[in-house]
Amino acid sequence: MSTVPETLYYTQEHEWVTEPSDGVVTVGITAHAADALGDIVYVSLPQEGASVEAGEPCGEAESTKSVSDVYSPVTGEVVAVNSAVEEDPAAINSDPYGEGWLFRVRTDDDPADLLDAQAYSKLIEEA
Amino acid sequence: MSTPDAKRTPLHEVHAELGAMITEFAGYLMPLRYGSESAEHQAVRTSAGLFDLSHMGEIFVTGPQAGAALDHALIGHLSVLGVGRARYTMIVNSAGGVLDDLIVYRLAPETYMVVANAANAATVRAELTERSAGFEKAAVDDRSAAYALIAVQGPKAQAVLAKLTDAALADLKYYAILPGKVAGIDALIARTGYTGEDGFELFVGAGDAVAVWNAVTEAGGEDLRPAGLSARDTLRLEAGMPLYGNELTAETTPYDAGLGRTVKLDKAGDFVGRAALAALADTPPGRTLVGLVGRGRRVPRHGYDVVTPDGTPCGVVTSGAPSPTLGRPIAMAYIDAGHADDTDLAVDIRGKHEPVDKVALPFYRRTS
Repeated sequence: MSTVPETLYYTQEHEWVTEPSDGVVTVGITAHAADALGDIVYVSLPQEGASVEAGEPCGEAESTKSVSDVYSPVTGEVVAVNSAVEEDPAAINSDPYGEGWLFRVRTDDDPADLLDAQAYSKLIEEA
Repeated sequence: MSTPDAKRTPLHEVHAELGAMITEFAGYLMPLRYGSESAEHQAVRTSAGLFDLSHMGEIFVTGPQAGAALDHALIGHLSVLGVGRARYTMIVNSAGGVLDDLIVYRLAPETYMVVANAANAATVRAELTERSAGFEKAAVDDRSAAYALIAVQGPKAQAVLAKLTDAALADLKYYAILPGKVAGIDALIARTGYTGEDGFELFVGAGDAVAVWNAVTEAGGEDLRPAGLSARDTLRLEAGMPLYGNELTAETTPYDAGLGRTVKLDKAGDFVGRAALAALADTPPGRTLVGLVGRGRRVPRHGYDVVTPDGTPCGVVTSGAPSPTLGRPIAMAYIDAGHADDTDLAVDIRGKHEPVDKVALPFYRRTS
């Protein structure tokens, strides 16, 4: 069973997002999504300074068998990207909620409008 | 995900206990991977991997005319195959299009075992039955359900298997087969595979599959790990081996795929597809199967266009994956005649043209 941390918010597209801290949220993909993809070998991320829009693709993750888009859960400006996972994406599989984070966005959106842990758990159980 | 009537192999419960991610493939529920598919791939390249291939079809052709019937039904020359030997061959339609690629084992003078891809097993059985109708002393019998197929592949495969059998493994040549006991269980032990490594394929009774699997697992210990279809696909792709449905289809001839050597036009008698293939034998094919290595990190995948520098499509990717061994994206692709020698090709990866280098197949060749 994949873990779904209680403190995060989630999208239908299997991204997670933190509560804002000084207006900045951190974004990654869930353990469920990473498990489904298999070993991720390459991830492309938006550049620092780029504008991202909630629900729009802003990157992609390639695994052995497939490729999938990475969506931004919120609208705003990218203020940091995890260059370590761009270099070696293994952490996305091994530590999706920690070292495997993808990028940070300055946003006015409220992540609480997204799915909470309970709703996301239900979503992946039904999948 | 899976259709309600998807079939299970005799090892289904074992895969479930191992926590495998299961996928439906050719009507069977099969293990896609047990953990990290890259680790499974590496285990086969450097140590040993264990595969359940029980979805494959085992179709027996027997009788005094079995060899003659196969000579007529297939493009290979099977009547001259030695007992205990195997041959890679194909079954084609009258236009020369490939219906399946096969390994045929001659188990006894009048007993051949034709191993077909799961998705094509019913077609192969039907075609063999129809094509052998004129051979009164040949019988076709599909024994797929009676057999499980377990593969042990990798440089340590022989050492692992040797713990379980007295069979003369060291003397067993590549593409040879012999009956023997594995963990005390009757098996047909073949030195064949689809990984580019040394290894063995064990044909055992369906009811013995779990016992053989467990015995190999125990004998292999740390040197062996179960490997799923995902690793199998990257292993065969690195080894430049075609996959039916990707590189081979009914619209593909053996010549297109660079496998003209399997067409035995010099054998006596007519065979299905002879006229069409004979006409193609001396004509350059309209397209060529090539190997591509991506210069970037994005992966060319099945169905993507190969394009010239001005963006004109000149081919199509048949298989592609990130290569664990090369650390780069690799692909096989059909390139239209006239572009096979181009050195400035790219693949249209979701709208962006990513440069690729054309390389000779295979991408990987084992050193020992």
